[in-house]
Amino acid sequence: MTAYLVKRLIAGLATLVAASIVVFGVLEVVPGDPARLMLGMNASAETVQVLRDQMGLDQPLAVRYLDWASGMLALDFGKSYTYSVPVLELVSERLVVSLPLALIALALSTLIAIPVGIFSAARRGQTADTISMGAAQIGVAVPNFWFALLLIYVFAVWLRLVPAGGFPGWESGFWPALKSLLLPAIALALPQAAILARVTRSAMLDVMSEDYIRTARAKGMPRRHVLWRHALRNAMIPVVTIMGLQFTFLLAGTIIIENVFYLPGLGRLIFQAITQRDLIVVESVVMLLVAAVVLVNFLVDLSYAAIDPRLRARQ
Amino acid sequence: MSLLEIENLSLNIGSTPILKDIDLTLAQGEVMGLVGESGSGKSMTALTVMQLLPDAAKASGKVRFDGTDILRASEDQMCRLRGDDIGMVFQEPMTALNPVKTIGEQVSEGIRWHTRVSRAEAEERTRRILGRVGLPAAKFPLSRYPHELSGGQRQRVVIAIACALNPKLLIADEPTTALDVVLQAQILDLLRDLVAENRMALLLISHDLAVVTEMADRITILRHGEVMEAGETAPILSAQSHPYTRQLARASMHVPARHPLPSPLWGGSARSAGVGVSSVSVPPPRPTLSTDPPHKGEGNAVPLLCVENLTRDYPGRRLSLFRRAAPTRAVDDVSFSMRPGQSVALVGRSGCGKSTLARMILALDRPTSGAIHLLGKELTGKPEAELKPARRNMQVVFQDPYGSFDPRHSVERLVAEPLHVLEKQPSGAERRELVARALHEVGLQPSDMGKYPHEFSGGQRQRLSIARAIITRPRLVVADEPVSALDVSIRAQILDLFADLNQRLGIAYLFITHDLTVARAITDDVMVMHEGRIVERGRTGEVLDNPQSEAAKALVSATPDLRRAIARRLQEQG
Repeated sequence: MTAYLVKRLIAGLATLVAASIVVFGVLEVVPGDPARLMLGMNASAETVQVLRDQMGLDQPLAVRYLDWASGMLALDFGKSYTYSVPVLELVSERLVVSLPLALIALALSTLIAIPVGIFSAARRGQTADTISMGAAQIGVAVPNFWFALLLIYVFAVWLRLVPAGGFPGWESGFWPALKSLLLPAIALALPQAAILARVTRSAMLDVMSEDYIRTARAKGMPRRHVLWRHALRNAMIPVVTIMGLQFTFLLAGTIIIENVFYLPGLGRLIFQAITQRDLIVVESVVMLLVAAVVLVNFLVDLSYAAIDPRLRARQ
Repeated sequence: MSLLEIENLSLNIGSTPILKDIDLTLAQGEVMGLVGESGSGKSMTALTVMQLLPDAAKASGKVRFDGTDILRASEDQMCRLRGDDIGMVFQEPMTALNPVKTIGEQVSEGIRWHTRVSRAEAEERTRRILGRVGLPAAKFPLSRYPHELSGGQRQRVVIAIACALNPKLLIADEPTTALDVVLQAQILDLLRDLVAENRMALLLISHDLAVVTEMADRITILRHGEVMEAGETAPILSAQSHPYTRQLARASMHVPARHPLPSPLWGGSARSAGVGVSSVSVPPPRPTLSTDPPHKGEGNAVPLLCVENLTRDYPGRRLSLFRRAAPTRAVDDVSFSMRPGQSVALVGRSGCGKSTLARMILALDRPTSGAIHLLGKELTGKPEAELKPARRNMQVVFQDPYGSFDPRHSVERLVAEPLHVLEKQPSGAERRELVARALHEVGLQPSDMGKYPHEFSGGQRQRLSIARAIITRPRLVVADEPVSALDVSIRAQILDLFADLNQRLGIAYLFITHDLTVARAITDDVMVMHEGRIVERGRTGEVLDNPQSEAAKALVSATPDLRRAIARRLQEQG
C-alpha cells in the first residue's frame, strides 16, 4: 500500500517538474519581449533594458528557470505584466469562484449520473433504460451554454429565483454567493452527468456479466442486493477515472459558461492573459492547473486502492 | 420420492432449442453425473434448476425440487431456495469470487441472508465451514481477499459458500476442469466427503467420463440437449451398449496409432539411474554417444534441441521501496536434449515451471543462466534478428483455440503469419500455395482460406493453429496444453493429427500438459517437472506405469483413469 502510494506520489512530482520545464521553455521561445510589452511600443531602448535587468531577463536560462520554479514553491508567482499586482492575488480572486463552481458541478453531476447509470443498467433494454439513455444522449449532444440560456430564462427571468449572472463575492454572504453559482453549476453539470451516466451504465453491465455476480445470485441474494453490494464497487473504477478528468476540465475549461453568467472565473483570467500576452499569468495558471491535475490524479489513484484490494500490495 | 425430479424439460433461448425432453431424477444422498460435450446442455440443465437462466430463455416441462415447482416458483421463493437448499459450485475458481470482498464477507453473506443470525454468529459459522473445506482460520483468516489465494483454495471457498447451510442438493458444474490433476483429486475427495457427511444429493456436471465414473452412482449422458442414456454408472459404462456412450468412452481412451521412436531421450538406458526423488541434477546429455540409429531420414547425430543447466529467476515481489523478497526460481537447472522426430511430454502440476521452460525454448523469455541449442546453434542471448532462422524451425501451438487468433484477420493471413521469418519472402501466389498446403495437411480445405476464425468450431480452430505452426516446416513444435480445451471426440481427432504429422513430416513435439492421458497417447518420452526441476524422466509408458519420484507418483495416482474407474464401479455396484 505505502509502496503504491509513494510510487504514485513520485510520478506526480515528476509530472510537475516536467510540466514546469515545458511551460517555461515554450513561453521562452515564443516571440515577444515581456519588458517591451509592459512598457509599450514607444518606450526607449534604455528604459526597456532597465526593466529587463530588473526582471532578470538577461540572466542565463537555467538561473531564470530555477528562480521562477523556486518562487512558485514559495507561492511567489511574480507580478502580472498588465495589472502590476501579484499573480497570486489575481489567481486566488478567481479561484474562490472557480473552485466552488467546479466542486458543486461535480457533486451535482455525480449525484445525477450514478443513480441514473445504475437504474439503466438494472433495467437494460426496458423502456426506462431507453428513456434515460436517450436523455443522456441529448445531454451529451447539446452544448452547455444552450442549457445555460434555458436555465437563465426559466429560473432567473421567469421564476426570478436566482440572479441571471454576476458574482456578488463571498463577502456579501454565503447564500447570495452560492445562489449566483447554482445555475452555472447546473449548466456545467448536465453534460458531464450525461457522459458519466453512460460510463456508469456500461461499467455496471460489464460487471453484471462477471462470474462472481452469478456466484452471489447462487447464494440466494436478490438481484437488487447483488447490484448494490457486489456490482457497484467493482464498476466504480472507470467511473472514478472519468470523474477525475471531469473535475480538471470543470476547473478551467468553463470560459463559455463564465461568460454567459458573467462570472470572474479562472477561465476568463487565462483567456485575458493570453490575449494580453501576460505571460507570467499564463505560466502561473497553467502550472496551477498542472498541479491540480496531478493532485486529482493522486486522489483518483488513492480511490482505486480504496476500491480494489488487489492494488494494495500485501506487505 | 426423489429430491429432484425433472420431466420433459425443454428449453429454448430465443428460437434456438437448447434442451429437448430432459428427464432426470435425483434422490437424497445420491450422486448423479451429467456428462456430455460442450453445447450438450449440461450447464443449462443446472441453471434451469437454479432459475439463473438468461432472460431470453423459456423453459417448459416439469422441474420439482423437494415439493417446489421450480418453473412456476416466484423469484422470492427461488431466492429462499438458492444458497440454502440448493448450492452451486462453478467451473472457473479464478473469477467466481468477488475480487473486492474478503472471503469471510462472501461466505457469511449467504449465512446471514438466509438465517438472519447475528454477525458474530455468522462469522463463527463461516470459520467452521472454511475450516471444513480445508482453509483453517489460523492460516486463512476471514480477512483474506480472493487474489491472495490460489485457484484450488478459491475453489474451496466457492464450495464453502455452496455448502455453508448444508443444502439438500449441491450442483457442481465442471468444478475441477480448471485445476491440475492433483488439485482435482483433492477437490473431488472433499465433495465426496461433504456429500456423505450431510446426505446431500450431488449433481456433478463434467465432460470427463473418468471423473464422473469415479464419483457418480448414476449417470445421464446428454448430447445436443437430449438424454442419450441414463442409469447406473457401472452397467452403462461396462456394457457401452448405446453407440454414443461407446463413442465417448472410446474417444476418452483414444491412443493414436504411431510408431514410437525406439530410443530414449538422453541416449542412454531407458531409465536414467539416480534421477528419481533425489535432487541430483542430471548430467548434461551427450547426444554424440547416442547408440541408436537415427530415424526418419535424419542422417546426423546432432540433437534437435539441447538444453543445458537452464535456470530462470523472477524478481521477488517488492516489499518496500528499497527491499524485494528473494527471487523466485521458476526453472531450476534443467538439462535435456531431444532428437529429430521425437515426441516428448513435459508434465507437471500448474505452477511447476513448465510453461516458463517452454517460453525460454521458444526464445520468448531469456534464461537467467544456462544455454539452449537448436540444431547445434545457440539461442540464448541472441538479438531478435539473429533468431529468425531458428524461429522458422520452432513453432508453437497454444491451449486456447479461441483466444489465439485475431478475429479480424482472414485464415490466409493468420496461417501465413509465421512466413515472415523466412529469409526469402514468398510471393502472393506462393504464400497462398503454402497456406493451402498447410490447411490440407491439417485436414481443412484450401477454400477455407478466405474465412474468418469465428466461422470455425473449437476443434477446427485448433487445426488452424496447427496449420499456422507447420507452415514454415519447423523441426520442433512446442504445444502448450493443445487439447485440454477440447471435447473428448475432438481431442481424439487432434491427437491423431499430431501423431500423423509427426510420422509424415518428422516434426518433433514438446508437449506441455498436466494430463497424463495425453502424454501417454502421443509421446515417446516424458519428463516430470516439479518446483522448477525435472525430477524424473524416461519412456512415457514406463514412467507412468511405475513412477519413482513423489511428484510423478502424485500425478499418476491423481489422474482419473476410465478403465480403472469402471472396474472399481463394477465391484461396488455388482
